Amino acid sequence: MTAEVLYVIGDGAGVPDNDVPEGLSNKDLVALYRRLVLLRTFDERAVALQRQGRIGTYALYWGEEGTQAGPLYACDDRDWLFPSYRQNAIGVLRGVAPSTVLAWWRGYGGRHGFWNPREHRTAPICVPIATHLPHAVGLAWAAKIRREPVASIAWFGDGATSEGDWHEAMNFASVFKVATVFFCVNNQWAISTPFSKQTATETISEKAAAYAMPGVRVDGFDPLACYAATSQALERGRNGGGPTLIEAFCYRLGAHGTADDPKLYRDESEAQRWRTLEPVNRMASYLLRLGVLDDDDLQSIGAEAKKTIAQAVHEMEAIAQPGREILFDHVYASGRPWSFDEGLAELQGTDRPPAVKPLAPQPGPSTGDAEAPAGT
Amino acid sequence: MPEARSITYAEAIREALDDAMASDESVFLMGEDIGVYGGAFGVTTGLLQKYGADRVRDTPISEIGIVGIAVGAALVGMRPVAEMQFSDFTANAMDQLCNQAAKLHFMYGGKAQVPMVLRAPTGSGTGAAAQHSQSIESWLANVPGLKIVMPSNAADAKGLLTAAIADPNPVVFLEHKLLYKTKGEVEVGSYSGGLGSAVVTHEGRDVSIVCWSAMVHKALAAAGSLKDQGIDAEVIDVRTLRPLDRSTIVGSVSKTGRLLVVHESPLTGGFGGEIAATVTESDAFDFLEAPVKRVAGLETPIPSNPELEKGVVPQEEDIVKAAVEILAG
Ligand SMILES: Cc1ncc(C[n+]2csc(CCOP(=O)(O)OP(=O)(O)O)c2C)c(N)n1
Ligand SMILES: [Mg+2]
Repeated sequence: MTAEVLYVIGDGAGVPDNDVPEGLSNKDLVALYRRLVLLRTFDERAVALQRQGRIGTYALYWGEEGTQAGPLYACDDRDWLFPSYRQNAIGVLRGVAPSTVLAWWRGYGGRHGFWNPREHRTAPICVPIATHLPHAVGLAWAAKIRREPVASIAWFGDGATSEGDWHEAMNFASVFKVATVFFCVNNQWAISTPFSKQTATETISEKAAAYAMPGVRVDGFDPLACYAATSQALERGRNGGGPTLIEAFCYRLGAHGTADDPKLYRDESEAQRWRTLEPVNRMASYLLRLGVLDDDDLQSIGAEAKKTIAQAVHEMEAIAQPGREILFDHVYASGRPWSFDEGLAELQGTDRPPAVKPLAPQPGPSTGDAEAPAGT
Repeated sequence: MPEARSITYAEAIREALDDAMASDESVFLMGEDIGVYGGAFGVTTGLLQKYGADRVRDTPISEIGIVGIAVGAALVGMRPVAEMQFSDFTANAMDQLCNQAAKLHFMYGGKAQVPMVLRAPTGSGTGAAAQHSQSIESWLANVPGLKIVMPSNAADAKGLLTAAIADPNPVVFLEHKLLYKTKGEVEVGSYSGGLGSAVVTHEGRDVSIVCWSAMVHKALAAAGSLKDQGIDAEVIDVRTLRPLDRSTIVGSVSKTGRLLVVHESPLTGGFGGEIAATVTESDAFDFLEAPVKRVAGLETPIPSNPELEKGVVPQEEDIVKAAVEILAG
């Protein structure tokens, strides 16, 4: 009973393009393409920075740009985003400075590596699996209580659907009829675990039936299909129709994270085949086909993104190493219990690390790699 | 003397698993990415090839399921060794561990047993941030029915894990991530021991430094520096927090008259309080020449910034400083 995989963009040969989703002008298509390129450029640069030891372990999202920029394009500015580590730079599309995200990966959190979630309606990057899904439901439920037209969309992987948090979030969302979009990026791998060992169902989308919500399966390498499915889900949610599960079927083109080597557990020729379907070039060819953009446009969009990210790297590296005084700043939301002041006094009385010692650019792979956790 | 050679802590753990699987059909492994991948830290590398997928079981990402299913299999006499990819995720499975595994022998009136082991990489030092770096022993130390083991070196890791697998109770086996690559002399062949006993790793007369896991290495280094300052420190590796070997600790403090407890997890509610109380309630109290001291993690989550990360957990200098203060009276 494998569900149909919905797509918009054909292959320019035997598979014809479907109609441009309703509501998208040529200008929108170009805007969406720009976002894809910006995400791709950020990701490639971040991987390079990690290799040079300028940021810590990084979770790359190569090939999953369309599962981010596509659904986001369907969102209203009021809607809240709940990313996992795999959508780490999605806030950039909501106005977060890319240097902020890079600083987060650099470990220069404290005052520089975080955005204000309320300002950008983008929750912090979630690394523990599936734990942000109940949060997305709680937020949409709060909006419902307050009669605010706010939806939430949460991204997670195929592996996340095995967690209790996922099932409980799905059930609550459906029972409470809240406007949450569960956006599953089924890249068919959870670190070394293939989809077939994760679940006995053939698809993720069919699991929606157990919670009496619609389940839709789209081509995850097709940004427009991701857009269209999300757009319908949000409309339904806003009209009181409750949550939707979207499965964006694709493939994890790269490693799980920069500390991972997929050659240990999968056949790279399979990955190689999927790489030909990746969304950025696919969207570019599509736009060329439609005559919306020409080669020069593609070139200048690429150059523009490179410039933005180069500037971000510059800004990220200008951020000073945070000092020890920030250690207790955000443990509690109000004041510091007495024991903190004591701890701080003790810290200030010792001359031990951390002294101000920024991560230095290093040649070759970061030595931290081998020990770096697989969980990014 | 049996033959010994230098291997890593991770290899020693693997040997214990290998020996147990070879000698007991009822032992099997379960966890996320433990098969081909060998686990997030490579501990189970090669065991899938040797024992097959039924005995080295890659699971879905379901911590509740991993622990709960281990409990069910253990109830009928299997000896599951389950793995949490990071000890922090034990929190996801807390009901199955604390309300089920720990309680079932009691709730079944002693008619059922739960002979399982839960292994988990623990502690800070890898830049993995607040949700992947905690030392969770004191979360669990207040639960009767569980045993809690935290080996500090390769030889102990092998003997303790062998003992844990053979034990008829649920045992939580916490492996410090920074120790995986440390080497030590380890005997060839299976051996078991150490469960429930602390060990004096360095003898001294002036102050007893009580610690476990990665902190043992910092305490030993501190003992070296203290020697240069004319202070003769004794280092005790607790090894098993539950059951706690009170007599070794009390005996040492009765001799030195001074107690310094060192642990990585935050001070408040940390297991150091238990050790301090144990000593002050014991006969060693009469021998105390100075107030008891604790050196512990700061009251904050572990930051991801590598430099700040070092600053929140005890370092050698902190231990030296505290010992000097105790001796100064
Ligand atoms: C609760 C929890 N368990 C385990 C992990 C370790 N871990 C990190 S990523 C990952 C795989 C996730 O796979 P999937 O959900 O498919 O997402 P993908 O990485 O493919 O985007 C695992 C097991 C974790 N971070 N949190
Ligand atoms: Mg996946």
